[in-house]
Amino acid sequence: MTDTSLTLAEQESRRRRRQTRRALLAPALIIILAISIMPLGITALYSFLTPGTYGGVIWEFTPDAYVQFLFERDIFDGTLQFNDSYLTIYMRSIGLAFGATIGALLIGFPTAYFIATKPREQRNFWLFLITLPFWTNLLIRTYAMLLILRDEGLINLSLMGVGVIERPLSILYTDTAVFIGLIYTYLPFMVLPLYASLEKLDFRLVEAGYDLYANRFRVLRHIIAPIAKPGIIAGCILVFIPGLGAYITPALLGGGKKLMIGNMIAIQFGSSRNWPFGSAAALILMALVVIALLIYARSVSKGARAHG
Amino acid sequence: MKTQLKAVTAATALALAGGAALAEGELNIYNWGNYTNPELIEKFEQEYDVTVNLDSYDSNETMLAKVQAGNTGYDVVVPGDYMVKVMIGEGLLAEVKPNEMENFGNVDPKWVDVWWDEGRNYSIPYQWGTTAFTVDTAVYDGDINTLALMFDPPEVLQGRINMLNDMNDVINAGLRYLGYGRCNGNEDEMREVLELLLEAKQHWRTMDYSTIEKLTSGDVDLSQNWNGAAMRARAQRPTLQYAYPKEGFTGWMDNVAVLADAPNMENAKLFINFMMAPENAAMTSNFARYANGITGSEEFMDEEMLSAPEIVMPEDAPAPDFVQPCPQEVVDLYNKVWTRLKQ
Amino acid sequence: MADTPPLAAGATAQSTRRRMRSRDLKAMPGFKAAGWACIFALYLPLVVLVIFSFNDNRSVVKWTEFSLRWYEAAMENEGIRNAAWMSVKVALVATVFSTIAATMAALATTRTAAFRGQGLAYGIINQPLMIPEIVTAISTLSLFSLVKQLTGITGVGYLMAAHTAFCIPFAYMPIRARLEDMTLTLEQAGADLYATPWQTFRHITLPLLMPGILAGAMLAFVVSLDDVIITLMVAGPGETTLPIYILGALRRGITPEINAVSTILVGVSVLLVLVLFLVQGKMKK
Repeated sequence: MTDTSLTLAEQESRRRRRQTRRALLAPALIIILAISIMPLGITALYSFLTPGTYGGVIWEFTPDAYVQFLFERDIFDGTLQFNDSYLTIYMRSIGLAFGATIGALLIGFPTAYFIATKPREQRNFWLFLITLPFWTNLLIRTYAMLLILRDEGLINLSLMGVGVIERPLSILYTDTAVFIGLIYTYLPFMVLPLYASLEKLDFRLVEAGYDLYANRFRVLRHIIAPIAKPGIIAGCILVFIPGLGAYITPALLGGGKKLMIGNMIAIQFGSSRNWPFGSAAALILMALVVIALLIYARSVSKGARAHG
Repeated sequence: MKTQLKAVTAATALALAGGAALAEGELNIYNWGNYTNPELIEKFEQEYDVTVNLDSYDSNETMLAKVQAGNTGYDVVVPGDYMVKVMIGEGLLAEVKPNEMENFGNVDPKWVDVWWDEGRNYSIPYQWGTTAFTVDTAVYDGDINTLALMFDPPEVLQGRINMLNDMNDVINAGLRYLGYGRCNGNEDEMREVLELLLEAKQHWRTMDYSTIEKLTSGDVDLSQNWNGAAMRARAQRPTLQYAYPKEGFTGWMDNVAVLADAPNMENAKLFINFMMAPENAAMTSNFARYANGITGSEEFMDEEMLSAPEIVMPEDAPAPDFVQPCPQEVVDLYNKVWTRLKQ
Repeated sequence: MADTPPLAAGATAQSTRRRMRSRDLKAMPGFKAAGWACIFALYLPLVVLVIFSFNDNRSVVKWTEFSLRWYEAAMENEGIRNAAWMSVKVALVATVFSTIAATMAALATTRTAAFRGQGLAYGIINQPLMIPEIVTAISTLSLFSLVKQLTGITGVGYLMAAHTAFCIPFAYMPIRARLEDMTLTLEQAGADLYATPWQTFRHITLPLLMPGILAGAMLAFVVSLDDVIITLMVAGPGETTLPIYILGALRRGITPEINAVSTILVGVSVLLVLVLFLVQGKMKK
């Protein structure tokens, strides 16, 4: 359909719709452009400059920061050698964030469903109940987790009390502790978007499904999951991406012996005094996230076309 | 819904109005967290009729980044020794000449001609201390005054050690243990340090700043530590003892200084002079639990501070080593070692 | 909140027999147990935190005996009081502005047919999520200090603006998830009945959207309340928030004073919300 085939009235209503859309988008876009994208431009600029002596940057352009990410210069002959330190750190963070996302989804979905099927007037109260623990500070909350996960902590004491285990499991200061901590920290980011989409589930559809002799799993898969899909996607994005940059939880619960992306980048702006490298590492992270989202978006639109 | 909205709108208006109201006669202090005695601030406010805003930072580098960006609105900062030197070099501190002020005579002569501010033209002592480590003597009863406990631990301490999560503190300790110089740009020596650290790391349980919690909860029996924190930890676990390793240990001093673009310059100078009075320096020590470098403050200090083994160094301990800021090549090398260690 | 979406209203109008079944319909094996387990797990650390606020010892990890001394200390500590109040103020403002902006943006990106630049708009809105906080913090610091230099304006507005920006994606995602696949039929019906766009929005879209908006606002509030790094870099004199206060205290040892303040904060919010629910319940009757 081309514009010439439209009547004047149609063109007019299109124009008006476009205006409304622009007006609606304006506040969010302006705020983010001014306060987040402009600084991002500064970051991109920093990543091509030379580190200043005591932090900051010197205005000499160089791609060194990006080279440093994968290679290091040999001390004797100055040739570039592959260096996997940073890649290892990235892989570890990506793995943990991915695991936490799956974990949060597995726990968050039933929880969101549970709330969405509560009587309407109770639902807001349940939502409040989910977020309330997060009105306390993350650091203090993490200290409380520490007490729960310790060798003489609540989990071990109760497991031993029941007689499931004889000696305490050592959970604290391992990747398991980090994993549990990340799921805990980001759970509301999964539950709330899931709830927002599950809440509109029309149970007549579910009933129709059962009438067609579908079992519970098929109903869940073919009726409930498609409706929850936007919530699942939103939740996964809100858990995975912040999880990548998390570092208070990994540092406290994991014991701080291994670097995560978040604190690797943070020390570049601190004691390592290498702002350009910190900026470059952050942009590489962002590029990875964007590529992942694009691949995802493409596969979704392909899938949609295949179905359509 | 409506009532909710109204409440929120009211709160918004209130918040915006609150931000705009600024009185005359102010002083904005930017100091490490939980490091300023509130009673001291009250005393200053009453004495000079000035309103003090007190904010906190978590590291010298955070403070430097903000000050470098400019227009912070702060007057007084409390940089560590090497940071004073960096900030003077970058022209970020005002030359307020504390050495010509009324109370300067109280400054211990030992802290006047320091390498970070020769003759004290910019800054005055705030608190000073050492960075070594604490061991539970009930767990390990041998000689504790050696870095070997961290780098080649006896069996009882293996897996029971916390190190500070700080590149410089860990690498400097390693350099001392191997007998190499600080700010070391020698690649071979640094490679040895890396090997030492990697070997030792398997015996470390954690690398974390919250040393008091680690020690008092019983998660570890040895922790790299600051002397004031060691004293706090000992109060809850009396068998802990602070070590003065024979290979050497770090000394540090935090200093009160005024920013070059301080909006309340006169009040800031008053504060500098105020902080050199013995009773005021003692108030800080009683709160923060470190020594202060002002003579005559002892008579105002808590009894336990004057006899604490963490504060009063034994005669035979080596002199604390105040580490200079290192050149960028060295920092890059340290960063490589640190990344490899923690990859 | 009193408005009932028409779809659900239809469902409740079913016969009793069907209602009996519909309860059974909603049940998924294990989901209820999982829900309760999740709530339990979420509250476990909170309970530990509250217990330790009554610890006599100055440790947050080792219990000695019951005492109220940390509540006293927290009440007397002006620094901690101001910090808590500053946190709440900033979080409220950021929540309101980010939720409004996010709702508008969500309407624009879902209620109309696909448009050119939609992907870009989506990307921009989510950008604050995609880069580690420390980087945004440092570059925002540079930008704000330039603006301060040029305009001479200072104040808490900068901090609130920065919080609003990074709260937008958190508010946007649940709202958008709610809007997606929501049928346009009702809104079209409204428009056919000569309702103005505003009336359609006010009486049809907004009530349908409310669960999403509420979820978004709650996330924004939580995210703002917990932010450390951006706040640390952007905050000016007298703008210390609770997380900054705690971060600063970390190296010198955290005392149960922080637990006491957190407990008070949670207690006050529970009271406020309970009152709100009671008032709402009364209004309905």
